[in-house]
Amino acid sequence: MRTLRLLGFGFVLYLKMYSQSAFDGLLAVLWPLFFSTVVFFMYGAGGDDPAILAYAALGAAVMGVWTATSVPASSALQRQRWQGTLELLAAAPAHFGAVLLPMTIATATIGLYCIAATLLWSRFLFGIALAVADPLVFVAAIAATILSIGMLGFLMAVSFVRYRTSWAIGAAAEYPVWLICGFLVPVALLPDWVRPISWALAPTWGMTAIRESANGGTPLPDLLACLALGGAYVAFGLLVLDTVLRSARTRGSLSLT
Amino acid sequence: MSIKGSCGGASRSSPRTRLGRVNVVEAIDLRRTYKTTTGTIRRRSLEVEAVRGVSFEIAEGELFGLLGPNGAGKTTTIKMLITLLIPTSGAARVLGHDVVEDARWVRKHIGYVFGGDRGLYERLSALDNLRYFAELYAVEPRGQRARIDELLELVGLKGREKERVEGYSRGMRQRLHIARGLLHDPPVVFLDEPTIGVDPVGARELRATIASLTQAGKTVLLTTHYMFEADALCDRIAVIANGEIVAQGTPRDLKAGVADGSVVEVELFGVEEDSVERVRALDGASIGRVSSREPTLEDAYVQLVTSA
Repeated sequence: MRTLRLLGFGFVLYLKMYSQSAFDGLLAVLWPLFFSTVVFFMYGAGGDDPAILAYAALGAAVMGVWTATSVPASSALQRQRWQGTLELLAAAPAHFGAVLLPMTIATATIGLYCIAATLLWSRFLFGIALAVADPLVFVAAIAATILSIGMLGFLMAVSFVRYRTSWAIGAAAEYPVWLICGFLVPVALLPDWVRPISWALAPTWGMTAIRESANGGTPLPDLLACLALGGAYVAFGLLVLDTVLRSARTRGSLSLT
Repeated sequence: MSIKGSCGGASRSSPRTRLGRVNVVEAIDLRRTYKTTTGTIRRRSLEVEAVRGVSFEIAEGELFGLLGPNGAGKTTTIKMLITLLIPTSGAARVLGHDVVEDARWVRKHIGYVFGGDRGLYERLSALDNLRYFAELYAVEPRGQRARIDELLELVGLKGREKERVEGYSRGMRQRLHIARGLLHDPPVVFLDEPTIGVDPVGARELRATIASLTQAGKTVLLTTHYMFEADALCDRIAVIANGEIVAQGTPRDLKAGVADGSVVEVELFGVEEDSVERVRALDGASIGRVSSREPTLEDAYVQLVTSA
C-alpha cells in the first residue's frame, strides 16, 4: 500500500514538475507538429490514399510519444544528478525502483499531448479524417503504448543511474526506434535481422494495436504483447537495480563530485 | 516549537563509551579510493585516496564536528556513513548496523542535510518537496501534514511553503534542507556544511536549530569550515587533513594542543609592516597595545592542518 502511494504521489509530482517548464513545454508543443508536418508531406507526395495518410498520422502521433520520452527521460535523470537530488533519492529508504518508475511514466504521459496534437493537426491542417473503428480499444491501446514506453524508459533509466554519460543512449535511441518499431514503415519491410529487435520492443506492438483498433482489426494480442513486454522491462529493471545501485555506490557515480 | 527526540531504540551491539553512553556512529579504519582516468588518446587509470583510515566514534546525544580543508575527505566520510558510498576497506556502523550490509535499515534511521543550493526540486513548492520526501521516508500519511507544519514552523518557513523553491534565498533553501532531513524524526543527523553561504543572521538561526537537535536527544555529525561555529556547537571535534584524522578531542583539548601555548598580539605605530620583528630596536617607535590570549580553535586548526 505504501509503495502504491509512493508510486502515485511520485507520478503526480513528476508530471507537475515536467509540465511546469516553459522551455520543455514549448518543445513538447512544437515537436509533434513539426514531425507530423514532415511525415504528411512525405506521404502526401506519394498520393492521396486516405488509408496511407491515416497510417502516417498514427505513426507520427506515436513518434511524438517516443521522442517525448526517450530524450527527456534520460536527461531528467542527468538533471537530478546535477541538482543533487539523485543522491538524496538513492539515500532514502524507499525502493529505488518506486522512485524511478513514476519518473519515466510521467515523462511518457507528457507524450499523450503529442498524440492529441498530431491527430488534431492532421485533421484540421491536412484534412486527414481518421476513422476509428473501436474507440474504446483505441484509447486502451494508446494508454498501453504510453505505459510500455514509460516502462522501457525505466529500463533505460536503470543504466543511467550507473553510467553518468549514458543519457546519450536515450538521445541516440530516438530516431532508430521510429524506424525499428514501425512508426513510419511497416516492420515487414525491414531487413530480416532487424525484425527480432522490433519484436523485442513494446512500442512495436503498441503501434500495431493502435492501428488495428483504428482499422477494426484484432488489436488484443498486440495490446497484450505490448503490456507483457512492458512488464518484462520493469521486472528485469528491478532484478538488476540493486546490483546497479551497489555498483554506483562502489564507483561513486551517483554524484558529480 | 520543539524537535522530537529519540535514539531509535534499535541499537545492535553498539559498544559503550567510558561514561556508559552508547556509540551511535562508529567509523573503523575507513578508507575510500576513487578510480579515475586521464588523457584523451593514451588513457591512464589513476587512483585517488580520498579517505585513508579514518576512525572515530560518536556517542548518543553528542554533537561531533568533522573539520578539515576543502578536499580533506569530510564529505566522502559522511557519504560512506549515510550509505551513498561503499568503503574501499574498513567498516562503519550506525546504531550498531553496518552501513553496507544493512543500508536500508540505516537509511530509515538517519537524516542527511547538505549545504548549498543543490538537492531540492526547484520547480516545486517547498511543501511539495517535503511531501515527496515524507513519502520516500514512509512518514505516516495521517501525521504527515502535522509533521511538515511543525518543521516549517521550526525552520521559519511557515507561510512561504507554497512558493516555488527557485525563488528561495540561499538561507531559505538551507532551512528547507534541514526540515527535509528531519521529516522522519531520525535519531542520527548528518549535517554537511549546513551554514555555508548563509548570511550571519540566518547562520545564527541555523546554529540555534542545530543546537536544539542535541537538546532533543539526537546524535549529530557536523562538518563546517567555520571555527567559531564548531567551537560553539561541538562536544568533540576531529580534524581531518589529506584523508586522515590528525587530531581528535574536545574544542578545549584541541586548543590546548597548540604548541605555543598562547597567542601574543602587538599593536604598533610608526613602523613598516616588514620591520615588526625589529621594532624594539627602533628609536621613536611606540607600542600601542600588547595583549595575550588563549589560542582559538582556528589557531589550533590552522596549526594542525598546515603541519599535516
